[in-house]
Amino acid sequence: MAKQPVKNKNPFAGNWFLTAGAAITVFMILFTLLGQIWTPYDPSLPDENAMSLAPSPAHWFGTDSFGRDILSRVMNGAGTTLLIAFLVVLIGGIAGVIIGSLTGYFGGVVDEVLMRICDLITAFPSILLALIILRIMEPGVKNVVWVLAILFVPSFARVVRTEFARCRTQNYVKLARLQGAGPFRIMLRHILPNVWPVLLPAVSIGFNNAVLAEASMSFLGVGVSASEVSLGRMLYDSQNTILRGAPWYALTVGLVIVLMILGFSLLGEGLRQRNR
Amino acid sequence: MDKILEVRDLNVSYTTEGTLFRKKEVQKVLKDVSFDLYAGEALGLVGGSGSGKTTLARAVLGLLPRYEGTVTHYTPRPQVIFQDPSSALNPARTVGWIMEEPLLIHGKYDAPERRRRILAMLEQVGLSEEYLDRHPSELSGGQKQRVLIAAALIVRPRLVVADEPVSALDVTIQAQILKLLAEMRRRHGLSYLFISHDMNVVYQLCDRVMVMQEGRIVETGAIDEIFQHPKHPYTRQLIEAAN
Repeated sequence: MAKQPVKNKNPFAGNWFLTAGAAITVFMILFTLLGQIWTPYDPSLPDENAMSLAPSPAHWFGTDSFGRDILSRVMNGAGTTLLIAFLVVLIGGIAGVIIGSLTGYFGGVVDEVLMRICDLITAFPSILLALIILRIMEPGVKNVVWVLAILFVPSFARVVRTEFARCRTQNYVKLARLQGAGPFRIMLRHILPNVWPVLLPAVSIGFNNAVLAEASMSFLGVGVSASEVSLGRMLYDSQNTILRGAPWYALTVGLVIVLMILGFSLLGEGLRQRNR
Repeated sequence: MDKILEVRDLNVSYTTEGTLFRKKEVQKVLKDVSFDLYAGEALGLVGGSGSGKTTLARAVLGLLPRYEGTVTHYTPRPQVIFQDPSSALNPARTVGWIMEEPLLIHGKYDAPERRRRILAMLEQVGLSEEYLDRHPSELSGGQKQRVLIAAALIVRPRLVVADEPVSALDVTIQAQILKLLAEMRRRHGLSYLFISHDMNVVYQLCDRVMVMQEGRIVETGAIDEIFQHPKHPYTRQLIEAAN
C-alpha cells in the first residue's frame, strides 16, 4: 500500500509545455543578455550607406531608415523590455504576496478592504488605465515600471490569498499553532513554501503580461521615452516603414516579442501542469 | 494521583448565521461536560459521529473561540495527534523539518542537541535516520502517523489528545500504531485523551472510558467495568457494534 513516488523525477519528462517554454525563455534571456555586452553593430550608429536594407547575411534583420542594424537594436532594446518586466513582476509580486498572505490568513476587515481595492484596480482594463495614468505622467522606464507594478499587484494577491485561505484550515497549521508558533512564523515558514507551486506559474504569466504591456504602451507612444530603446518603442518607430515597402523592421521586432511571450506563457502553462 | 486536566460544566453551542429565509439557530454541541484526567491515565472518549467528541478535543486544546465552563490544565501545553495524518503533515516540508520545528519554537536547545533529540525520537517511533529528508508524500499512512506522533512527543508533553488517530489506517497498521502509543505512554509517563468511535480500539489502549451521546457524557467508568456491565443503552449499542 505504501505508494512511493520516485523522488526528484525529471520535471521536464512528458511535460511538453515546460520543456518548450524553458527552452525558448532561456534562449531569449541569453539573446537579450548578450545584447547588453555585444552586438554585431553599434545599435545607435547611423550608416548612410546602409539605409533601409532588406535582411541579408550582413544584416540578418535588415537596417532601419537611418541605416542602423535592426538585429543589434533588437538585442539591445529587448534588455529594456525585460528589465521593465522583471521589475514589474518583482515589485508587483512582493506586494501581492504580502497583501495576499495577510488577507488570506487573517480574513475579516483587512481582507475586505484590501481585496476591494484590488477589485477596483482590476475593474478597469489595465492597459487603458496605464495609458491614462502615463498620459498624465512623463513617459519613461521608471514610470512604466511603477504603473504596471501597481496594476499587477491584484493578480498576485489573489493567487496567494486563495492558497493562504486554503492552507489556514489545514491540520498542520492548527498543529503549528498548538506548538506555539505565532501568526507570522506560520505564514512565512509553514504556509509560504506551499504557495510556491501556484506562485511560479503566476510569475511566468506576469512576465508574459508585462512584456506585452510594455510593447503595447510604447507602441502607442506612452511607454518609454523617445531616447530609450525598447521592443515596444521599436515597434512604434517601425510603423512608417511598413507602408514604405520595408516590413522587416516591424516583422522582426514583432517576432522577438512573440517569441518572448510564447516562452513565458508556455513556461507558465508547463509549471501549472506540473502541479497536477 | 496528580490531576492534569479538569473540565467543569463545559457547554458549547454553535450559532448558524441567520439569512433572509432562515432563522438564526443555536445548536448545543456539548452539554454540561465535566471530567478529570489524571497523570499517566489513558482516558477514552467514545461516541458516534456528531456526538461532540471532536468539539471536546478542540476545547481541551484551546482551539475553541467561545465556550462556557472551565478547562483547567495542570501541565504545559497538551499536544495533539490528528485523525488524518495527510493534512497534519506539511506537504512542503521534510520529516526532519517537521520534527525540528516544535523544538525551534520552544527554542531551548542548540543545533546538535536538537538533532540528537530528533534522531532519538525517530528511532522510538520505529523510523530510521534516512526518513529525515523524505517529504510526507513519500510516506505510507502508518509512517505518516509515526512521524506525527514523533512531532507531538518531541516537546515532551504530559498530555496528548489523540483524535481518532488510527481510524484512517488499515487494521494491521492500526494495531502497530496502538502498540506504539501504549509503548510511548509507558516510556514517557504520558496521559491520553483518546477519542474514537470504535469501542475495540479504546479497549486496547485505555484504562477508563467516557461514553458520549448528543453532547452529553452518558456513562463513565473503568474500561472492564463498562464492557462487562454497560448501564446505558447507548453504551450497549456501541459495544455490540464493535463485536
